[in-house]
Amino acid sequence: MRAPAVQLHEITRRFGALTANDRVSCEIASGEIHALVGENGAGKSTLMHQLFGLLQPDSGEIRIDGRATRIADPAAAMALGFGMVHQHFMLVDTLTVAENVVLGREGAGAFGFFDRARAEREVAELGARYGLAVDPQARIARLSVGAQQRVEILKALARGARVLILDEPTAVLTPQEADELFVVLRALRAGGTSIVFITHKLTEVKALADRVTVMRAGRVVGSAPAEELSVEHIAEWMVGRVPAPLNERSSAAPGAPQIVCEQLDVRDDRGLPAIRGVSLSVRAGEIVGVAGVEGNGQHELLEAIAGLRPARAGRILIAGHVCTGGARAHRAAGLAHIPSDRLHRGLVPDFTLAENLMLGQQRGPRSGRGLWFGGSSMRAHALELLKAFDVRPVSPALQARRLSGGNQQKLIAARELSCAAQAILAAHPTRGVDLGAIDFLHRRLLAERDAGRAVLLISSELSELLALSDRIVVLYEGRIVHETTPAHTDERTLGLSMTGRSATGAHEALA
Amino acid sequence: MSAGVVLLFLAAALRISVPYALASIGSCFSERGGVVCIALEGILLTSALGYTLGAYATGNAYAGLLAALAAGIATAWLHAEVTVRFRADQITSGLGINLLAAGLTRFGLVRVFHSSSNSPRVEGFADLPLGPLAHLPVLGSLIASPLVLLLLVLLPLSHALLFRTAFGLRLRATGERPEAGATLGLSVTRIRFAGVLLCGAFASLGGAWLASEQHSFTDGMTGGRGYIALAAMIVGKWDPLGAAAACLLFGAAEALQIVLQGSAFPSELLQALPYAVTMLVLAGFIGRAVAPKAVGVPYDPEQA
Repeated sequence: MRAPAVQLHEITRRFGALTANDRVSCEIASGEIHALVGENGAGKSTLMHQLFGLLQPDSGEIRIDGRATRIADPAAAMALGFGMVHQHFMLVDTLTVAENVVLGREGAGAFGFFDRARAEREVAELGARYGLAVDPQARIARLSVGAQQRVEILKALARGARVLILDEPTAVLTPQEADELFVVLRALRAGGTSIVFITHKLTEVKALADRVTVMRAGRVVGSAPAEELSVEHIAEWMVGRVPAPLNERSSAAPGAPQIVCEQLDVRDDRGLPAIRGVSLSVRAGEIVGVAGVEGNGQHELLEAIAGLRPARAGRILIAGHVCTGGARAHRAAGLAHIPSDRLHRGLVPDFTLAENLMLGQQRGPRSGRGLWFGGSSMRAHALELLKAFDVRPVSPALQARRLSGGNQQKLIAARELSCAAQAILAAHPTRGVDLGAIDFLHRRLLAERDAGRAVLLISSELSELLALSDRIVVLYEGRIVHETTPAHTDERTLGLSMTGRSATGAHEALA
Repeated sequence: MSAGVVLLFLAAALRISVPYALASIGSCFSERGGVVCIALEGILLTSALGYTLGAYATGNAYAGLLAALAAGIATAWLHAEVTVRFRADQITSGLGINLLAAGLTRFGLVRVFHSSSNSPRVEGFADLPLGPLAHLPVLGSLIASPLVLLLLVLLPLSHALLFRTAFGLRLRATGERPEAGATLGLSVTRIRFAGVLLCGAFASLGGAWLASEQHSFTDGMTGGRGYIALAAMIVGKWDPLGAAAACLLFGAAEALQIVLQGSAFPSELLQALPYAVTMLVLAGFIGRAVAPKAVGVPYDPEQA
């Protein structure tokens, strides 16, 4: 049976003020592997959730074999031949492989009992047919991540999926598991199944895809056959260019190192090496930018320096102090941290602005009087900071969740930059915020640098790194593979070294 | 003499365990589907009053049983409506229902029977003619009771329903990972409703037993049995067979208290025995028993 041709036409989907998909059009031809590429937050998953009936578009239509079709829910999507492998697997850990695969379409056995043996037989046959080896009797909780993913694919195939949507399937896999997955996907394509493959790893795109569609900030930037696109070209589409009208800045001489990593090894959540022997030093009066495609160790590096994740080997020094005792010790040594996820790590959304500004300083003299927390001194402190950092509205009693993204980010900056820390860790400080806030935050970071602070800036916006950094290092697979200065590089060269390809001298990893 | 005491003790233990077991088995269905059923206590109360009203109006124990089921399932339905449809906190809803049931049954007692303490005497279940089986020591008189026989039949069936049928599979999947079922087109709402209503039906049998054994309804007559049944369900690891076994343990503790009455032990301490056993067993078991992962968590498809 041929897979249907799928056409997404002018799809728009908003979440409150955010437009996640802005008139997105995209075609998936029958029997092709289609890579949907873009940075996190570009709108790829939102688009696919609409195809699978998990979300409804605000406008635009989905055409299947040319006919406009409304996909009301996942059941309707499955009836149309769609199958989805979610980034976070939808598996019941305590049940077996066979039970997970047949769930919802068990078929009645004798006396209405569930025929487990038949289910196991079916799953074994299905697995053999598609080369997806899993033990039907095994419990999900005991399987490796790669095997769990095979179960997810089996679930879709058992329901007759002809269009398989995989949301960042390799994000959780080891390289070997990813290779095995590619073999399976190619075999499925050979059998006539269409595959939509969401990713931001460009090497995978080149290795696997027939066609590539690139999204950025909710829009489709381009779509072309994979063989016509170079990795550099895709990277350029993905990252884009943001105008950065920043003033000329003083070239102050950097002082003593304030953030130092020595031969740092850090593991990720699965216990696999994420940072391998990284040495890095940020001096007072200097901004060092960290570039890299997401998932190459930035997150783990950031958490290690912030004291949120233990280092397996190596040392971290903040303002000259060796730090081992977790986040509080790192902060006490003089580290300010603007985390990458403002709503989960940066703020307590249900707390007021004044309370949020006091986080981490609740023992300090301005948090209240004696045993009493809050009161006029906290309010005065909040008013002062809200004005200084242009957070609007200036109402200390407002809940932080009521602020716009830009103002939330300024609120975090106000708290972190007001405590006079010598070392500043800033992760994606302007992600998803408006241009005014971007400008404010950029100027603020530069001002900190000029005041003699050391700033480590992690960002996926190359233009931001180029505009702010004195030096830029590129992380690839947990190593620093390239170090340069904005004067000696451009987005193209950076983008290329981010993919692990050697530009001229790209592999001269400097400490 | 001592053999007589042992037989007395065994008979009492089994008899006391019956309502616990019925409620406890029921709560397995609710909890396996992902809904905490603290409301068990309230369901026992309303169904006990339901039985009394039905039996009082008709003079027939089976009419009382139907009325008990109606009252108990209605109470469970309220819990399901609040927690599953409106996604309210399950503990809060359960406690609210228990308080509501305490007030409502007292109100019913006063309105119908013009007494704030107890109803007049109502019919209980007549023993079934079991022939030679009725002469078994200890068990004979017990299994002649229709509700006990029903319990013995339902116990293996409920285990099979939970672990051997498609419905059971869906229910357990919903309690562990509702998103998994939802993305396969299952209705989490419908499945959780079924679990809570089944719980209501089983617990209603327990309520009917309490009222029929006592031949009346008295204010607050459940005396915390719903909570103990819930504890037994946890000790029994969310499995009807285990839950029923744990109920036997609690029944034995209570029976011990009865047998030891009049001995040298202070009676106040003896009365605390079943609760002390509950605490000790829970403290020992609760760490090891693994609850369904999504139990107590309202399912919100928007956040999936």
